[in-house]
Amino acid sequence: MELQVNGVKRNSKATPDSSLLSVLRDEFDLTGTKYGCGEGQCGACTVLLDGKAVRSCRTPLSATQGKKITTIEGLEVKGKLHPVQEAYLKVDVFQCGYCASGMVMSTVALLNNYPNPTEEQIKDFMNGNICRCGTYPRIVKAINEAAAKV
Amino acid sequence: MNPKKINSEIIQNGSEIVTGTSQAVGINRRQFFKWLGGGLAVAFVWQDTSILAAAEKEILAFKKLPTEQIGAWLHIAEDNTVTVYTGKVEVGQNIRTSLAQIVAEELLVPISAIKMVMGDTDLVPYDAGTFGSRSTPAMGSQLRKTAIAAREALLEMASQTLKKNKSALKLANGKITAPGSTALSYGQIVKGKQLLQTISDNAPAIAVSQWKIAGTSVPKVNGRDFITGRHKYVSDIKIPGMLYGKILRSPTFGATLAAIDVTAAKAMKGVTVVHEGDFVGVAAPDLSMADKAVAAIKAQWKTTNQPSRAEIFAYLKNKASSGQSGGRNGGTTKGDMKAGLAAADKTLQETYLVDYIAHAPMEPRAALAHWENGKLTVWTGTQRPFGVQSDLAEEFKIPEEKVRVIMPDTGSAYGGKHSGEAAVEAARLAKAAQKTVKLTWTRPEEFTWAYFRPAGVIEVNAGVKKDGTLTAWEFHNYNSGGSGIRTPYEVANQQIQYHPSDSPLKQGSYRGLASTANIFALESQMNDLAQLVNQDPLEFRLKNLQEPRLRAVFQQAAEAFNWGKTKPAKDHGFGIAGGTEKGGFTATCAEVAVDRNTGEVKVIRTTTAFECGAIINPEHLDQQILGAIVQGLGGALFEAIDFENGKILNPTFAQYRVPRFKDTPIVQIIQVNRPDLPSAGAGEAPIVAIAPAIRNAIADATGIKLKKLPLVPNGLLVHLKKS
Repeated sequence: MELQVNGVKRNSKATPDSSLLSVLRDEFDLTGTKYGCGEGQCGACTVLLDGKAVRSCRTPLSATQGKKITTIEGLEVKGKLHPVQEAYLKVDVFQCGYCASGMVMSTVALLNNYPNPTEEQIKDFMNGNICRCGTYPRIVKAINEAAAKV
Repeated sequence: MNPKKINSEIIQNGSEIVTGTSQAVGINRRQFFKWLGGGLAVAFVWQDTSILAAAEKEILAFKKLPTEQIGAWLHIAEDNTVTVYTGKVEVGQNIRTSLAQIVAEELLVPISAIKMVMGDTDLVPYDAGTFGSRSTPAMGSQLRKTAIAAREALLEMASQTLKKNKSALKLANGKITAPGSTALSYGQIVKGKQLLQTISDNAPAIAVSQWKIAGTSVPKVNGRDFITGRHKYVSDIKIPGMLYGKILRSPTFGATLAAIDVTAAKAMKGVTVVHEGDFVGVAAPDLSMADKAVAAIKAQWKTTNQPSRAEIFAYLKNKASSGQSGGRNGGTTKGDMKAGLAAADKTLQETYLVDYIAHAPMEPRAALAHWENGKLTVWTGTQRPFGVQSDLAEEFKIPEEKVRVIMPDTGSAYGGKHSGEAAVEAARLAKAAQKTVKLTWTRPEEFTWAYFRPAGVIEVNAGVKKDGTLTAWEFHNYNSGGSGIRTPYEVANQQIQYHPSDSPLKQGSYRGLASTANIFALESQMNDLAQLVNQDPLEFRLKNLQEPRLRAVFQQAAEAFNWGKTKPAKDHGFGIAGGTEKGGFTATCAEVAVDRNTGEVKVIRTTTAFECGAIINPEHLDQQILGAIVQGLGGALFEAIDFENGKILNPTFAQYRVPRFKDTPIVQIIQVNRPDLPSAGAGEAPIVAIAPAIRNAIADATGIKLKKLPLVPNGLLVHLKKS
């Protein structure tokens, strides 16, 4: 199957029912997208499909047909970080960082929906992303920081 | 500032004297400086005069020192790189940053000059593991002394090179300058030299008041790698030609194989099946094939009856021993309990219960195992790389130097990754398949086959006088552990005991260990005792408390929270709790709101004052306190492992609830800096007060005195109806 990943057309040998996560990680070596639960409950595997956040562990390849897939690796352009990444870096959000890619991708999607989100909109939208290190308030801070710039 | 030089030799380039088969640091069969490329190396050696005396006779101290004697070491290369070697590992506590800060501070180099090599058993000195909040107090202080010794050696060399008195030299930004001379970089100073020096615990440290890099909020040193997805966790590492592993799990704990047929799995192309006793696993070219191969195995298991959650507390109490006393985690007996209770105006006897909970690190266990010429290399996320090295050596009956464990910065642990289950499993598969094997546990595997924070039963009996003086304190913990078991309050008559029991579930360390359970019981009891004598819970605590550091955090948390100055709104409540653990002192105030119709309990805000001596990195300390509060919220409110007859019933995030964005209250953090005191770790202690503070706030709002963790897994309705 042909996929559009981070602006590049790529062919996958996997069957259409394969999870997008496994293709990204194991076939394309785009390991920035993480496995956290396999049930769409933790958000670590979040990528964008035409700018919308999806859980790649629960997304079959067939569902990506004709859509633009953006992973964490696709945010940085020629060494320049996406404003959301900049904001996360500035706030120095993370501890173990395993949830980072999913948080950043969800934030990009959030700001696509709500350029100036309220605290409630942030918490609603981000509630599907788990951080066991408990960085949530720092993430909210980074999101507000990014919203001011995006 | 003069470190006691135990053994120092400046050896010119090319000398044969320094032939470092440094077994002590695990650099096998390599010449020490050949490997390092010249320069200055300084090793921290635990003080032991007999060993050091012996070492003095040897030109190469490393060679003769047993591994346990070397704590850490650093190397300054001709290209100015400062490389620090430590057995500590990074699991999100940002110790990579704070240890680098300590070295940068003492060496007067920018933080970017420091390269940290951590948790690689071939490269770093032995270390028991990263736990117990020891990295900052123990490793931090060793590295500080090591860096000071390196700085002194650099000054000495520069003084000789520049022919200037040491007092005329100035160190700054990785350079040494003298009036009338051009500046020399550290690399230029050590160029062509091979200096090997050991220092002991005698070396003095720099005054905290002079800190410029330590004590500041240096951002996570490799932070950019994480927000770009570039950092390679173990589960992200690939080696060409590697296979993917998968283990056949038994349906319940304690099951054994009765019959098995692996024919279909074995027939799959490229699949290796390993069946050794009750261990059954496969290695396949990709993960979906590994899944299919395991699914194709026909196995019959013989199960045995196992205890269930419904009976767990009675079970633990029945199986408990009569008690363990002495030691840091043991109990204590003081005065006479009977007399203490007799002297009391009021007594309060209660039983507190604590469920098993899971660490649920976002990165499940993973390992990548590679055999080559009889040597096993395993990448795995563990808090004990040397412990896993030892486990692997034992498993395969090979010497430890034939096992290398490498620990890349890992997706958290919280005390839950002391072990190396995935490492052993991956290595068994790799050995059989004769190829590199990567094994990543699934979330249900992590929830089922890792280990848990222990469940426990805690019985407390206390006596108090009308004026609020505690007269008697009896405290028994069954199964959950001895950490934080002693009361910080002054009580003349005490009997405190930890009773180990026979846990049906695999249990182990957790952030704060048993102190989360013990301080929950202790501070809940203190709250209710205060009420018995009609005293404010803060006043009551302070009346019975002498420890000035704990008093200080109570007072500061209370002040910031406005304790005693405002009244909670209708159906809101305020609670306070505090405690000390692993050298840290913490107090938390919490406000909760109870919905009397739905029974929902919402934590509105928390204020935590925390003190752990001199602060190394304020932002990262903030992270640790915040993390402890948010994680503690889960165990306080709703986290519990449910199990029945050897089976975990809630091994997914859909079933096992962890704190999310919407659960997180306004978290106010007060850092109490004590530059006059040694730095203690901060990863664990701030977790201990959140559960009792919330519990006491619920009691304040409703009068309901909950006695079990988690407090409200199904809301408060069932309790509201009863009351």
